[in-house]
Amino acid sequence: MSDFHSPSIAYAALSPILIPGIAATVGVLVDAFVPRAIRWQTQTAVALLGLIGALIAVSVLAGTHTITADTAVAVDGPALFIQGTIAILGIGSILLVSDRSPGLDGGAFVAQAATAPGSQEEREGAASGHAQTEVFPLMMFAITGMMLFPASNDLLLLFVALEVLSLPLYLMCGLARRRRLLSQEAAVKYFLLGAFSSAFFLYGLALLYGYANTVSLAGIQAATVSSGHNDNLLFLGLGLLAVGLLFKVGAAPFQSWIPDVYQGAPTPITAFMAAATKVAAFGALLRVFYVSFGGLGWEWRPIAWAIAILTMVVGSLFAITQTDVKRMLAYSSVAHAGFILIGIIALNKSGLSGSLFYLLTYGLTTIGAFGTLSLIRDPDGEATHLSRWAGLGRRSPVVGSVFALFLLALAGIPLTSGFTGKFAVFSAGVSGGATPLVIVGVVTSAAAAFFYVRVIVMMFFAEPVADGPVVATPGGGTAGAIAIAVAATVLLGIVPQPVLDLANRAVPFYH
Amino acid sequence: MYSALHAVTYAKSTGVFDLTFLLVLFPAASAAVLLLGGRRTDRWGHLLGCAAPLASFVIGVIEFFALISRDGGQSRQLDQHLWTWVPVAGFHANVNVLLDPLSITFVLLITGVGSLIHIYSVGYMEHDPDRRRFFGELNLFVAAMLLLVLADNYLLLYVGWEGVGLASYLLIGFWSHKPSAAVAAKKAFLVNRVGDVGLSIAIMLMFATFGTFSFSGVFTAVHGPGVRSGTMLAIGLMLLLGACGKSAQAPLQSWLLDAMEGPTPVSALIHAATMVTAGVYLVARSGAIYDVSPHARLAVEIVGAVTLTMGAIIGCAHDDIKKVLAASTMSQIGYMMLAVGLGPGVYAIGIMHLLTHGFFKANMFLGAGSVMHGNNDEVNMRRYGGLRKLMPVTFVTFGFGYLAIIGIIPFSGFFSKDKIIESALDKGGATGDLFGAVAIAGAGLTAFYMTRLMIMTFFGVKRWPRDVHPHESPKIMLIPMAILAAGSLLAGYLLVLGGSLQHFLTPSVGSSIEQGAHTISPWVLSVITLAVVLGGVAAAWWLVGRKPVPAEPPTHVTLATKAARRSLLGDDINESIFMHPGAYLTRALVFFDNRGVDGMVNGLAALVGGSSARLRRTQTGFVRSYALSMLAGALAIAVSLLLVRVG
Repeated sequence: MSDFHSPSIAYAALSPILIPGIAATVGVLVDAFVPRAIRWQTQTAVALLGLIGALIAVSVLAGTHTITADTAVAVDGPALFIQGTIAILGIGSILLVSDRSPGLDGGAFVAQAATAPGSQEEREGAASGHAQTEVFPLMMFAITGMMLFPASNDLLLLFVALEVLSLPLYLMCGLARRRRLLSQEAAVKYFLLGAFSSAFFLYGLALLYGYANTVSLAGIQAATVSSGHNDNLLFLGLGLLAVGLLFKVGAAPFQSWIPDVYQGAPTPITAFMAAATKVAAFGALLRVFYVSFGGLGWEWRPIAWAIAILTMVVGSLFAITQTDVKRMLAYSSVAHAGFILIGIIALNKSGLSGSLFYLLTYGLTTIGAFGTLSLIRDPDGEATHLSRWAGLGRRSPVVGSVFALFLLALAGIPLTSGFTGKFAVFSAGVSGGATPLVIVGVVTSAAAAFFYVRVIVMMFFAEPVADGPVVATPGGGTAGAIAIAVAATVLLGIVPQPVLDLANRAVPFYH
Repeated sequence: MYSALHAVTYAKSTGVFDLTFLLVLFPAASAAVLLLGGRRTDRWGHLLGCAAPLASFVIGVIEFFALISRDGGQSRQLDQHLWTWVPVAGFHANVNVLLDPLSITFVLLITGVGSLIHIYSVGYMEHDPDRRRFFGELNLFVAAMLLLVLADNYLLLYVGWEGVGLASYLLIGFWSHKPSAAVAAKKAFLVNRVGDVGLSIAIMLMFATFGTFSFSGVFTAVHGPGVRSGTMLAIGLMLLLGACGKSAQAPLQSWLLDAMEGPTPVSALIHAATMVTAGVYLVARSGAIYDVSPHARLAVEIVGAVTLTMGAIIGCAHDDIKKVLAASTMSQIGYMMLAVGLGPGVYAIGIMHLLTHGFFKANMFLGAGSVMHGNNDEVNMRRYGGLRKLMPVTFVTFGFGYLAIIGIIPFSGFFSKDKIIESALDKGGATGDLFGAVAIAGAGLTAFYMTRLMIMTFFGVKRWPRDVHPHESPKIMLIPMAILAAGSLLAGYLLVLGGSLQHFLTPSVGSSIEQGAHTISPWVLSVITLAVVLGGVAAAWWLVGRKPVPAEPPTHVTLATKAARRSLLGDDINESIFMHPGAYLTRALVFFDNRGVDGMVNGLAALVGGSSARLRRTQTGFVRSYALSMLAGALAIAVSLLLVRVG
């Protein structure tokens, strides 16, 4: 009976996953034992150390190709590139989370998340001026899941990683200090729909197991090239599995949660979700489709085309009539998911490297955009209604210009990182035979440019509104995150070559 | 192998030549600090502004000596690769800088004369509250011009080209509170745009024809088989259009006189070291293209000859000291264009005149600024008179410039202008004789209007109003003027002796024609030219110097004088040929745009907006409907995957 062998595990290769996990565990202990006066600072330090450690581990591991923990985890170029990206985006997010400066009303997080909105306890919590610090370990746990997600080489581990990254996110959505009801509604919505999508994922997993008699990605790939299996199971499983992953990246028609959740969540968490979650989910999506189902391109590509087109169109079209800047950015993230899908559909090396590069540029710009957004404030929190932004650029040229830079990058204007990323993905799409898709991408980019530029016009050419929102002086955290994002957005637009080379060296998947 | 024989290759830069990028970086970084730093940098802004071009000048000098110390075996054309901007198959936008004899010549001129103008500006702009912004924009100007001359491909050159256009717009309109300055800036920008279109079309033609826009690639490819002469002519003419815009050559000359609205150091910078020399540079740099297209060369010569005459005539009639100098710039650039148009072997002579002109014109502009500085910013020469006693240093330095521009031996202008006249006559044939005659006549006219300027400004009786007290300028302004005056005197020898400049420039623009086959002996020609020049001086004394200068310009004058006073109707021609038809065309287009295009676009926008608003209703906010849409999507995916497999 003792034919169970404990698998050999290359702990060094797993260190980018383990270090944030350790930091998260330490964070739990810190929350329990460190006195309140220095708890916030300690948590920030622990989290940043964990992420910097992970980043160092990734750079040390660069060039590694190995499969470890039996066949469950693959450490290869794309996985490391995604992990490095997540570590960088995580640093930016933690910096945003850690900002408790008075300009931002003491941070974005509530004192006690469990109090009922409008209750006496909540008023007391708000009056106390405290803010809970569980958000740090929660975020580090989510990052641990995200690190594992793109490296998972079998479907079961993929599911575990999915849940590890999702559960903390559900909680964090409900932690907003202001507009508590909206925040809690967002958390519940995200949780219900997330659970729903996980069910699809699990069902797909089961069907694929029935088809291939294995859950390893390479095993499924081997099964698809041999005959004698029931193809109905394969395609049903593939479809349902894709639903679970497409939900996380926010592709249409599974995007409906995005605007509500992004709007309700505390802005640093929104930035984290829009950037890091999307990167991790695309990492997994890329691995599953390039490794397991690459040979079935002819079968699933037409559907993927339809989803990509729908995502780009829905994202751009919905964004046009948004009057809330945060919701507009949410829809823009949907449109961007559609653009990155082109890189997946291309199914070639440049598609993979282009997607990797795009994810990095998009993630950094998004962190910066949400970080800047959190500075525009009314007496009752962030002023996200577009009409309140009139003339903002004239009153605060620096903040206005920085936000304009991020918007131009999201629109893909040359000399910003957004252009380089779009260019990489679109040219890969053309070489991968998806020219019509690229044309749709370009047309929807043009439509999307409208609503980005509209905000810029509003900020710089409209008359400032009386008693308009104030521009808060950011604390070190927010300022640092925005500075990183500005530097990356400009540098990756003007001198993208070193990072493009890095992405090119990271491909292909090892399996 | 024919094409191998003509292959143009540049060596990779090493050692000290790897510093080339710093030439551009210093002024660019300084401009960024001064323009973005805001009021915080007010106190020391002008010092940083002066230090940046000086630092570039120092590097330029070091690189110059490193370059001439490379012997014949080593290449003197050194390319530094900085980075590639988005490489795609078949399209390489390289950011490379090329250091070769031609570019280092311009670098030294731009940074050397430019630095002197910067230092002078410290004094000139002392009382201006926006002095820091002024220096930031001057630095931007210098950086853009350096990028223009250091680029190793036409695309990067175009970046610098546009940067120069932008910086000149900002500087001409520096005192934008004056409507005339704002209008002049706009005019300069618009006229330059016309030229820019020409340059951009030329670059597109190059890329379409040769598949590259790097200098080495294009210059090698022009000798390749199957290059049609019509294409080369088109490229040559489009480059010429670009050159006409920047260098204020007919028919795009009209902006230059208005550009005097900018502060005087800007005029000096535009006229001597940057901007107007860009066109000459472009033609000289593109020598390989003009070498294979004689018709394009003829067009350059015609433009040069026409402009040199026009400029000289306009210069005779204006009373505004800066406008006279501006007209003389037009005319002198015309000489340079004529020279570079004469083609193989004469490019170096055009560049030589450009260098000597850089000295004496900067000298005279700074002198004019000094005169204005001492006369409450008065520019009308009819309000000057007898200033030589009150402003002796300005008078002497300006006098050096004057003697240089009219070409009196041994001042620098004599050497360079004489060589152009000589080369024009040497061309032979009817056109050669005609251009030679025009060039000699131009020399006479130059002598006339410059003498008129000297007489009205420095001689005669005082005519300034009671409340003006002319005085000499501070030292910080006089020292740069003195240095430039020395250059006006000496530059000629240094460049001409033993054909040193021509030898130096050979790797960039090809070797100069052997001396010997002259139509007229150079000595005879020099005597003839000097005689014409002295005739011009005498005529000026006869017409202007003999009698008192009236305070108001006489009204009963010939038609020719009237036309010259209106700058040979340049604006009227522009207005009747371009502006009025343009305005009608615009109105017609606006009508069509409103009815046709806008109707379509608005309709489309309404459709998009409407469908967006309608679709938005699906975003109900209810989890149940979201879940339903997910379920529908999942079903659709699963069913269509199965269908695809079956079908």
